[in-house]
Amino acid sequence: MTMTTLQELQAHARKLRARIIKTSHQASIPHLGSCLSCVDILTALYFSVLRLDPAKPRDPDRDRMILSKGHGAPALFQVLARRGFYPESMLDTYGEDGGLFAEHPPTPEQLPGIEAATGSLGHGLPLGLGMALAARINKKDYNVYAVLSDGECNEGSVWEAAMMAAAQQVSKLCVIIDFNKWQATGRSCEVMALEPLADKWRAFGWNACEIDGHDIPALLDTLTTFPAANGKPTAIIAHTVKGKGVSFMEDDNNWHYRIPTATEVEAAERELETGT
Amino acid sequence: MRNAFADTLTQLAKEDERVVLLSGDIGNKLFDNFKKVDASRFYNCGVAEANMMGVAAGMALNGLRPVIYTITPFTTTRCFEQIRVDVCYHHAPVVIVGTGSGLSYAELGPTHHSLEDMAILRTLPGMCVLAPCDATELDLMLRAALQQDHPVYIRIGKKGEPAIHKEKPKLRIGEVLVVQEGTEVALLSAGILMPEVLKAAEILKDRGISAEVVSFHSIKPLDTAYLQQADSRFKLLVTIEEHSLIGGLGGAVAEWRSQYNAQIPHLSLGAPDQFMHEIGSQKYAQVKYGLEAEQIAERVLTAIPEMRARIVA
Repeated sequence: MTMTTLQELQAHARKLRARIIKTSHQASIPHLGSCLSCVDILTALYFSVLRLDPAKPRDPDRDRMILSKGHGAPALFQVLARRGFYPESMLDTYGEDGGLFAEHPPTPEQLPGIEAATGSLGHGLPLGLGMALAARINKKDYNVYAVLSDGECNEGSVWEAAMMAAAQQVSKLCVIIDFNKWQATGRSCEVMALEPLADKWRAFGWNACEIDGHDIPALLDTLTTFPAANGKPTAIIAHTVKGKGVSFMEDDNNWHYRIPTATEVEAAERELETGT
Repeated sequence: MRNAFADTLTQLAKEDERVVLLSGDIGNKLFDNFKKVDASRFYNCGVAEANMMGVAAGMALNGLRPVIYTITPFTTTRCFEQIRVDVCYHHAPVVIVGTGSGLSYAELGPTHHSLEDMAILRTLPGMCVLAPCDATELDLMLRAALQQDHPVYIRIGKKGEPAIHKEKPKLRIGEVLVVQEGTEVALLSAGILMPEVLKAAEILKDRGISAEVVSFHSIKPLDTAYLQQADSRFKLLVTIEEHSLIGGLGGAVAEWRSQYNAQIPHLSLGAPDQFMHEIGSQKYAQVKYGLEAEQIAERVLTAIPEMRARIVA
């Protein structure tokens, strides 16, 4: 990867963060911390890894990407617009009655680029597993990615899917855990015994690795090792910081629900060094 | 009925390469012939129904026609949210089959009874709820279900249910099948109680009452055209089902009555609002809940004054 490309990706991530924060303020949309922690993951996926064409959102050969942590939709909506699935101006209707853009992804029929309407946690991985098995049955070559939150790993259905994916040797299924160390009301390792998370996935028959989820080159390097040759599905534990990118939001779980004031939006924009 | 399910689905798998069967660790050997058609389209999903439902939805959204099969409570109440979100919200054409429905597994206890499945699934937008009365209806229904572009739920019995239809009827989802014509009361039966209902009609006939016997195999969509003409044709509508009195066929007909301001009296027969704590066979459970032929006939005879008078006479 050339430096220019890396700089471009980092610029995308900065601009996305700024737009997410501004929209949260304008439309009173929560889950800002959860959105900011997965921006670099989504940037790496949508601007470098995923084989897709925004002009053909239903292309049967496209890679599938499910944002299983559906409350990260405000980030996904910005990413899809920036990637060209629809004009960024469509997001001007954010939060309006009768619109499409609020707190969780709508169904694929409603918005190009969406693979699954998530929001209730623990649904994305079983859906993704079904899509990956469909690829095998339909003799398609696409990969399936699912981005989960650490809190989402509380859900038993995640582990049901993990066991079946390993049993079926679904090597073209990749889970990325946005491990930002918080869930809605507490530390994710205290609410449930989450750690050792990578070892859990290994014990369930997956390849697992741990990386810095804000290090875009590291994300890209790791994603090139998928699909693995050993036939196992892949879990990437991406260590992230909730509220990443804005000093006064980082690792402060109040930003799970808090809406930023106009002054806070300005301060955040200054930090992100963008001209949006 | 479960053998008919396996046979028909095996045939359909030969005809349609989109058909995939997902089983919840049930039906040992039942699906051997299906696997011979194409082992890559059979998945034993283990005892993990929430995942199984999500997997089916993911497949259906990518061009396949998955059919899910396991014991009724585990493919309905156990994973209701996955049915609601993954299947119905996405309008994914998944066919969900619940085996041993109603009181079929009475002796296994309330964990294995399903007396609320039709009620809860009927509430989901886009979901179709079906209850065949015999293997012939199931065969036709399964074929029809796989032609739909929306989710379908089919509740079936276990094995050994008698054949009701002597000839193959023309089955359409949402249209009743009149099994036996009559003029005074209409006995509307959803599912496997049909043999008792036919016997009840015989008993009524001996008492001088002409009963029409109807297989109301589609609980949703409901055949309102039949109900509307029945409103003026009969003195009484009787709904009969191995299901709670809340929300099944009886509930659906009651909703129709209020919506259309129908005047015909309606007698709803089904399971009361309680769990069965004692053990017993399916027959025992049917008797306990008043669903045996003699009990059905007796309830009909006492339901409206004119017929009560006839008994006294």
